[in-house]
Amino acid sequence: MNIHEYQAKQLLAQYGVAVPPGEVCDTPEAAKKIAEGLFAKGEKLVVVKSQIHAGGRGKGTFKSGFQGGVKLCKTADDVLEKATAMLGNVLVTKQSGPEGKLVSKLLVAAAPEIKKEFYCAVLLDRASSRPIMMVSTEGGVDIEEVAEKNPEKIVKETIDPAVGMMPYQARKLAAALGLKGDLIGNAAKLLMGVYKTWWESDAAMVEINPLCIVVGPDGKEALSAVDAKIGLDDNALYRHKNIQEMRDLAEEAPLEIEASKFNLNYIKLDGNIACLVNGAGLAMATMDIIQHFGGNPANFLDVGGGASKEQVTAAFKIILSDKNVKGILVNIFGGIMDCNIIATGIIAAVKETHLSIPLVVRLEGNNVVAGQKTLAESGLSLITGDTMADAAQKVVSAVGKI
Amino acid sequence: MSILVTPQTKVLVQGVTGSFGARHTQLSIEYGSQIVAGVTPGKGGQVFEHAGKKVPIFDTVAEAAQQTGATASAIFVPPPFAADAILEAIDAGLALAVCITEGIPVNDMVKVKRAMEGKTTRLIGPNCPGIVTPGEGKDSHGGCRIGIAPGYIHKKGNIGVVSRSGTLTYEAVWQLTCRGVGQSTCVGIGGDPVNGTSHLDVIKMFNDDPETHGIIMIGEIGGAAEEEAAEWIKANCKKPVAGFIAGATAPPGRRMGHAGAIVSGGKGTAAAKIAAFKDAGIGVAVTPSEMADTLLKMM
Repeated sequence: MNIHEYQAKQLLAQYGVAVPPGEVCDTPEAAKKIAEGLFAKGEKLVVVKSQIHAGGRGKGTFKSGFQGGVKLCKTADDVLEKATAMLGNVLVTKQSGPEGKLVSKLLVAAAPEIKKEFYCAVLLDRASSRPIMMVSTEGGVDIEEVAEKNPEKIVKETIDPAVGMMPYQARKLAAALGLKGDLIGNAAKLLMGVYKTWWESDAAMVEINPLCIVVGPDGKEALSAVDAKIGLDDNALYRHKNIQEMRDLAEEAPLEIEASKFNLNYIKLDGNIACLVNGAGLAMATMDIIQHFGGNPANFLDVGGGASKEQVTAAFKIILSDKNVKGILVNIFGGIMDCNIIATGIIAAVKETHLSIPLVVRLEGNNVVAGQKTLAESGLSLITGDTMADAAQKVVSAVGKI
Repeated sequence: MSILVTPQTKVLVQGVTGSFGARHTQLSIEYGSQIVAGVTPGKGGQVFEHAGKKVPIFDTVAEAAQQTGATASAIFVPPPFAADAILEAIDAGLALAVCITEGIPVNDMVKVKRAMEGKTTRLIGPNCPGIVTPGEGKDSHGGCRIGIAPGYIHKKGNIGVVSRSGTLTYEAVWQLTCRGVGQSTCVGIGGDPVNGTSHLDVIKMFNDDPETHGIIMIGEIGGAAEEEAAEWIKANCKKPVAGFIAGATAPPGRRMGHAGAIVSGGKGTAAAKIAAFKDAGIGVAVTPSEMADTLLKMM
């Protein structure tokens, strides 16, 4: 699960990570009020930031034509004007897809003077099965590009989960960023907090980009998490009630939310051949084989090991609500499940949804002969495939003929 | 021989009284596997009965292992308690723990891996179908089945299968069996980002097993475990290896069902893994329908 920037900053602040003072709001008037408060405290510049789950907001364009989802303002009236232009409008960025995302919340925060920009992230290193913190002096830019062109500019510290991140590791990283004097201790405290946020929230990734040396209203330099992104481990959400409440359903695809209600793992793609498969690996492989034979998969859909009648019916309904879908490939390896029961479920689902597009079914496994017989005698105009390759070719050809 | 387990391996089941654990314990008993004990805290002294077999239930793994001589565990414990169950199996000194549970928090597994350092127990999984060493009987009856794989699709023979995915393993096994080719052992290592045993660990065991003559390795997007195995195979493996990688069409940044199946930061793509396979001389099945044929052509 992903959360918004303002939510990520709330979590980070709970663990002692300095973030620019600010608040979230959903009306232009409230934005103005927050800005007035910040200016009154001596801030010279305020930033208005669109809260959507997609990067590249600053360089994005609203469908209204308004340029930029992140704006710097010198007055509260300017904040009111920019907030009015953003709220309720759809922002398109390089990560949002062409359909864009509706901006319904804004973060209004202090925009202190920035002396230097760094990068910091905590994530799981799969090779060592341990967390790593990585920092770079190349902040505010695309870190993947840095990794490719200047890998030596990324410094990593592996963390022993038995003791957690130790202060010396944070100081090492601070030194690697070229920090001196008081800033070393200041950065070390912040980095420890970033790690603690990652570990205690069961995050999949915490990214601070940029992490900045900023000048406060008092003229003192300090580290601050100017932007933040947090992704969470879905498997661990059950033990974080506060984080569950941060879920923003408006950011998720409606069909994916519907699918999750039936324990179906569905991801919508751009193609026109839907697939319904049991098992994640087989579901991926089914998408791959559709493409291999010249088709274009419309979704990833794993119905799990069971593939009950209720699940198959729900899955058909979800597949059919995607208007791009022109054909369906069902690929079930009934290991333990009786293929005949699965066949009965498919027939019921076809009847209940009044299916009118080509359906290719490939069943394999337990009691498969009876299952195929049931399908053949159903009177439905479905096509059966013997192997995955056979079924994939048949569905690609059936859709091609439409 | 085989790897990890033989038909004689004595197996205990943690979470034997849950509906999922109970169902698959019944199937393992029907398959002829040596299920000697169950463990459910608070239900010690009760008996798990199926098909005329009486399996004693114990409160702790240590007790179960001591009294029955079990050396392997099948873990069917719900996600919040699974890390604890794995560590209990390790503490009891079992040779093998196979964790079927899907949905364990990643940080729990990070802790488990750290706690396992220096221990002798081998962990397979989590989020995996388990292990099958096929038996000599009809439909491979009499083999050792730990986990949730359908037993009857197997056939005793000389091909080793290792995979991150359950149903793709069954697909490969069934292709082999339909061609009259049997398997030495089939191992599902699981779809999570942190697991006990890697592709490479299993490949090394297959390489050392005289009964294994060829290997099918099935991978998917995410991580770099397939590349690591390929590099080792290139320099060391004496046996033909065929492989398949799932997820060539998966969009970057999305988890494809398995927690570990994600392309992030341009890393873990199917293209990179397929290139590593080809470079190592591993036969690449262009589609999942050709996994068995790709290997058989090499043998």
